[in-house]
Amino acid sequence: MMLAPSRLVTPSLLRQTVFTRVVTFSTKAAPKEKEQYSNKQTTNVAPTTYRFIYPEFLPDPKVEWRNPIREKLERLDMIDRRSQIDIPEFYVGSILAVTSSDPHAAGKVSRFVGICIQRERCGLRARFILRNVVDEQGVEVLYEMYDPTIQKIEVLRLEKRLDDHLLYLRDALPEYSTFDTNMEPEVMEDGAPVPVNDIQVRLRPRPWLERWERQNLKGVSNIDEYLTDKRRRTAKEHEKPWEKYDLMKQYRSTIPEEEQKEIYAEVYSQLHQMELQRKRNKRKRSFVKPTKLA
Amino acid sequence: MSFLLKTLKSTSVANAVNAVGQAQMQAKLLHTTPVCYEIRKLARLRVVDNSDLGKRAMAEGRPPRCIHVYNKRGIGLVGDKVLVAIKGQMKKGILVGLKQKQKPKIPKFDSNNLVLIDDNGTPLGTRIHVPVPTILRTILKEKTQAKGADYTKVLAIASRFI
Repeated sequence: MMLAPSRLVTPSLLRQTVFTRVVTFSTKAAPKEKEQYSNKQTTNVAPTTYRFIYPEFLPDPKVEWRNPIREKLERLDMIDRRSQIDIPEFYVGSILAVTSSDPHAAGKVSRFVGICIQRERCGLRARFILRNVVDEQGVEVLYEMYDPTIQKIEVLRLEKRLDDHLLYLRDALPEYSTFDTNMEPEVMEDGAPVPVNDIQVRLRPRPWLERWERQNLKGVSNIDEYLTDKRRRTAKEHEKPWEKYDLMKQYRSTIPEEEQKEIYAEVYSQLHQMELQRKRNKRKRSFVKPTKLA
Repeated sequence: MSFLLKTLKSTSVANAVNAVGQAQMQAKLLHTTPVCYEIRKLARLRVVDNSDLGKRAMAEGRPPRCIHVYNKRGIGLVGDKVLVAIKGQMKKGILVGLKQKQKPKIPKFDSNNLVLIDDNGTPLGTRIHVPVPTILRTILKEKTQAKGADYTKVLAIASRFI
């Protein structure tokens, strides 16, 4: 490893070498240490689905913003928060209900139901936007996931959509973002894959908030209706079909798999415990006391 | 009852479709810009109470324009008082819901909503037919002084808080 040419020594490799050098300070302890490490790996392997269920545990791939110590401390804080309230698995397109304490509300608590249209940022700054149409008025609320004032996050319908974000719902007909406030949570079988809702929404005529035609959206059916020839042409000019072959870009915008494994191995045991606890609680809750008929 | 509701709904939908068609026709003829994100002078607003003046202005498709913002920054935020030009008159109003980006937990609306008031802070209408952010309670209470206008009357006509 040390003999490799300098341009092959990536930051992650460098860190590994630094790490081993520190660990093998005492030559006697070295083999033992190695054994432990291998043991750890065999027992603490998080399932690969974790990167989708808990994406905020991965740090931002931007190199200038990386700070391993801060990331680790943040992960500890996130686990602490998750032990206080249940932050369930959800995706963009899922319908959530968030109950948060609100000093301005009459009952000091406010509940908002809506579809998650965006999920962004990492670590303690992770946040999501819920959207709903209430009284024919589109409303959006942004929540920070690890906000201590949030009391409860419920998933009313767990599903995915065809796109990574649903910001185009702002320009779609209101029926596509209207959800009942008193919706009951839909029960799903254990271990069933998350369904993908392949609904295609219809947009309102222009003017739009963004140039949706340039974003290669799968979940919109009628973009082409409202485009002029000029817009179609410029959209074509702005296409970047080569980007999927740009390995360097991909590398810079993602966390390498080895690093992901390391991170999830660190938090796996606690997260797994919480999942089991949740399952137990769900079973407890699913027993409904029969009400008196007379 | 349900039948009546259904018929009502269908007629309203038909109206909406007509309105959309007209809007499309107009969009082809006129230069239209999207709704302004920032409430500054000449920003178009949407009256959301049931005052006669506001309803007529919105039905005619001539929404009020902000001609002054009563703060030192000149940019209106939730709960700020604005002066608007509506159907050739000058009226005061309170901003109750904006399209601009908001802080976490504060709702962001799809339109810039306005409730018309008179000089004493009494709303011209008797009902607000869209939800209103709860933070308005605190803001309007703070803005109300003992001898000045009482803006909290706007809260009394709100139908739903978010």
